[in-house]
Amino acid sequence: MKEIELQYRHPPDLLDDGEIPSDIRTEELVLNMGPQHPSTHGVLRVVLQTDGELVLGATPYMGYLHRCAEKIAEKVTYRQFTPYTDRLDYLAAMNNNLGFALAVEKLGGIEVPPRADYLRVIFAELNRIASHLMATGSYGLDMGAFTPLVYCFREREWIMDLFEAACGARLTYSYITIGGVREDVPEGWGDKCREFLDYFEPKIAEYNDLLSFNHIFINRTGNVGICPPELAVAYGLTGPCLRGSGLAWDLRKATPYCRYHELDFDIPVGHGENGAVGDCWDRYFVRVQEMVQSVRIIRQALDKLADGPVQAKVPRVVKLPAGEVYYEVENPRGQLGFHLVSDGGTSPYRLKIRGPSFCNLSVLPVLAPNCLLADIAALLGSIDVVMGEVDR
Amino acid sequence: MNQTANIKPQTPLGQAMFVCERPKVEYRGLSLKIVQLATKWGPIGIPLLLRFAWGIFFAALVFVIAFVWVVGRFINPLLPWFVRDVVVVVGLLAFVSIVAIIGIWGERKVSGRIQSRLGPMRTGAWHGWAQSLADGLKFVQKEDLIPQDADKPLFRLAPYVALVPAFCAYLAIPFGVGWVFHDSDVGLLFVLAMLAIEVLGVIMGGWASNSKWSLYGAMREGCQLVSYEIPMGLSLVAAVAWLGSLSLVELGRAQDGGWWSWLLFQNPFLFAAFFTYYIASLASCKRSPFDLPEGESELVAGFHTEYSGFRFVMFFFAEYMGMFAVSAVATVIFLGGWNSPVPGLASPLWFVIKSTFLVWVQMWVRWTLPRIRIDQVMHACVKYLLPFTLLLFVGSSLWQLYDNPDHRLFEGFAAVVRFGLGCLGLLLLGLYFAGAAYGFYHRNQLVGQMVRKHLPGA
Amino acid sequence: MTPSDIIAFLQQHHAESVVSAVADGPYPHALVKAEGLAAVAAFLKTQPRLRFDLLRCISAIDWPAKNNIELAYDVISTSLGHAFAIKVVVDRADPRVESVSTVWPAAEWHEREAFDLMGVEFLHHPDLRRILMPEDWPGHPLRKDYQDIVEYRGLKFNP
Repeated sequence: MKEIELQYRHPPDLLDDGEIPSDIRTEELVLNMGPQHPSTHGVLRVVLQTDGELVLGATPYMGYLHRCAEKIAEKVTYRQFTPYTDRLDYLAAMNNNLGFALAVEKLGGIEVPPRADYLRVIFAELNRIASHLMATGSYGLDMGAFTPLVYCFREREWIMDLFEAACGARLTYSYITIGGVREDVPEGWGDKCREFLDYFEPKIAEYNDLLSFNHIFINRTGNVGICPPELAVAYGLTGPCLRGSGLAWDLRKATPYCRYHELDFDIPVGHGENGAVGDCWDRYFVRVQEMVQSVRIIRQALDKLADGPVQAKVPRVVKLPAGEVYYEVENPRGQLGFHLVSDGGTSPYRLKIRGPSFCNLSVLPVLAPNCLLADIAALLGSIDVVMGEVDR
Repeated sequence: MNQTANIKPQTPLGQAMFVCERPKVEYRGLSLKIVQLATKWGPIGIPLLLRFAWGIFFAALVFVIAFVWVVGRFINPLLPWFVRDVVVVVGLLAFVSIVAIIGIWGERKVSGRIQSRLGPMRTGAWHGWAQSLADGLKFVQKEDLIPQDADKPLFRLAPYVALVPAFCAYLAIPFGVGWVFHDSDVGLLFVLAMLAIEVLGVIMGGWASNSKWSLYGAMREGCQLVSYEIPMGLSLVAAVAWLGSLSLVELGRAQDGGWWSWLLFQNPFLFAAFFTYYIASLASCKRSPFDLPEGESELVAGFHTEYSGFRFVMFFFAEYMGMFAVSAVATVIFLGGWNSPVPGLASPLWFVIKSTFLVWVQMWVRWTLPRIRIDQVMHACVKYLLPFTLLLFVGSSLWQLYDNPDHRLFEGFAAVVRFGLGCLGLLLLGLYFAGAAYGFYHRNQLVGQMVRKHLPGA
Repeated sequence: MTPSDIIAFLQQHHAESVVSAVADGPYPHALVKAEGLAAVAAFLKTQPRLRFDLLRCISAIDWPAKNNIELAYDVISTSLGHAFAIKVVVDRADPRVESVSTVWPAAEWHEREAFDLMGVEFLHHPDLRRILMPEDWPGHPLRKDYQDIVEYRGLKFNP
């Protein structure tokens, strides 16, 4: 594997040597990828400079899904903003809810009952699995393998059903609210959840057989888009992208929130089994391994789930003391941060949202040069951006 | 009152920024006549036609036979041959259309089953059998779009250039002894040449679309197909050298007499040549994992990005006809063509069954494997497949040189190897059927059922 | 290091730049002079006892009452695990501040966003363009006194 080092020459060398007759016009082709393109995962537009199949530069343009979430936050109350957080990273709405609720609770000094805390962990991890399923499946699609996507959706469907049973929604939940969770899970929900976990765990091995260790897949993703850990940290990459570069950095371990410090799990990192550390395969495989860890976490949290209230006593209209806070949680795509400034009123004075996809995407112009055109799809898929979060 | 005033925009939208104006279709001349006739007589005529379809069909058949007999007997004795050609070509056209239609439907069913879905189930009574017909109907009705800056004559020509050669290939493909339109002495060359012309249509379409994505698709198709023609041809040359004929009928006839006399099992080099041919034929049909020219995650839809409606269908048909054609060539040359696995049951049906099996394997591969990158495609061809097929050719020729009564020892060895290869082939087929049976037996444990089981009310 | 340690350390080395500091409460941070920002940022990144290598966020907060814009730089150290924040206050009428994208390349897009939505100009930024709004959009929408526009490229909005 390692000996397949692709060496490309820049064409102007040829021009200087006079190998190409002067009457043949050679120029770089500017290729507009997106905003409607199958592998940009939404409305991302990337302007590529290409020389044949070789990409010389990539410039992303965003803003096609800009919904002014930060401006809206200044006009609505804290409780009213929770549904807007669903729409940030719409594949991981539970985690977004959790991040916002924790930021408000930190500033307001609200204590959450233990049952709610464990429920939050369970739902956040279930949603992490759902989100990673989507990411791995659609990564297969980017590589031209159609079937893994459908298998992943099959499992994701079950998680959606579990969510539906708990809160009635399948995509935008608003389930984790300020002070706890909106309502307790129905009778027998835990058993259903365990049933899913028992079913799901062996399926991960199936994906590995079908996709992860497929020779073609490894050839497509190994040694492509290598992001060394220094580069990853410098560009603010977080989540699986950072861990794929070999750095064991996870906010659930570093600054534990909810009850993560009571739960036992590992941080999977990329080791460069199929190429250099930090290539697309590493980033992809970290997600697969994280699903295994999430299953572990959910099992433990289900064991520790004791009866009790699921909501702290929080007034209907939340009023926070003047002050500010910056709170981050570990989302499936990285660290989701809320910089919340309050002037003592019923709505945020300013709410800045740090979307992990936004920061992860910023490394694309650095990694894209000297890739092939097909590698751009591999690169974008392994960074796994959700445009709802990039544009906010 | 204020509210109603607010809802209505005060002024119309300034520029036509978001408004797409569509030119009105005007019928003139012959098309006007046809539309008028269709609207006038269609509601009565079509049901009548359908009601008496079988009667009309048999009446036409009787009429044609009577006409041909009369003309051949009394007017011009050569004319029946012309009529025979016309009838066979029409029959072939019908056959390839059915191949494409069933192929498209089959691909959707196969992909559905592989992906634990059902595929089309509603159109038609049984398992959505009419889905392709419904799709075709939809495509015919679609607006015929040509991009404004496209090279219009080329853009219109390209689908025909792709479709017609793919059909022409069938003119030389024998379905059995006597079941061939034209038994040419160079039938194999003719088929390969026709399949190679298809690339012209693709390149034409990609270039004429005036879209960069299409151009990339055409470029990829060009370099991929031209490269893979060589290992494809070389694998066949090994077979042709073994039997000493380019006529497909001769090649098929030479493999008469049971599965052990099929060319595939004659020597290990030919056994390998079958697989190299199959891989190269995947590339020449743009099938996954070599579907780079239309790789939708990279190139939107590749060379047919800008095509819609019936022009798109033509490309689609050409692809499925090409799939069946390369499988047919593999069947005739390596798998004994129309000859049955046990001697004496030769029939065109065997030919169709074997070719369909190869087409199914193409689908199976497509829905399992990811796509290869363009540089890897060329690496695989030039660095591995090309030298390997050259080796196969030389090896097969040497084997042939020594496998005769002059070299007793080697002849015995060759017979043992032949027997072993035959057993290996049977084993592979047996494994396949065992796997299929296992899957069928455990079909209720497929996850489609499990997903349903946990839902409330299940 | 705890926030109070970091503040003490910072005041020891960059006493002239640090204006004030908050060590306790939900948001411990140090207020830094705009002129000293680049030096303090480089110090935070490279000083072996701090090593704030991951820039998490740059938030711009508009205060019309105080007639200034606050910029908050949230940083965390992936090797040492401690987090901190520094703040810079710039004039609201003419907001200019040195870019920190040479220290943390991650700042590049965050600064573009602050420029786009809040109108803060970052000096020596490699590519200071709008990032979320169209290039020809008038005004900076996240300012508190931003007036909604009524027409954009011939498209009229209902108020």
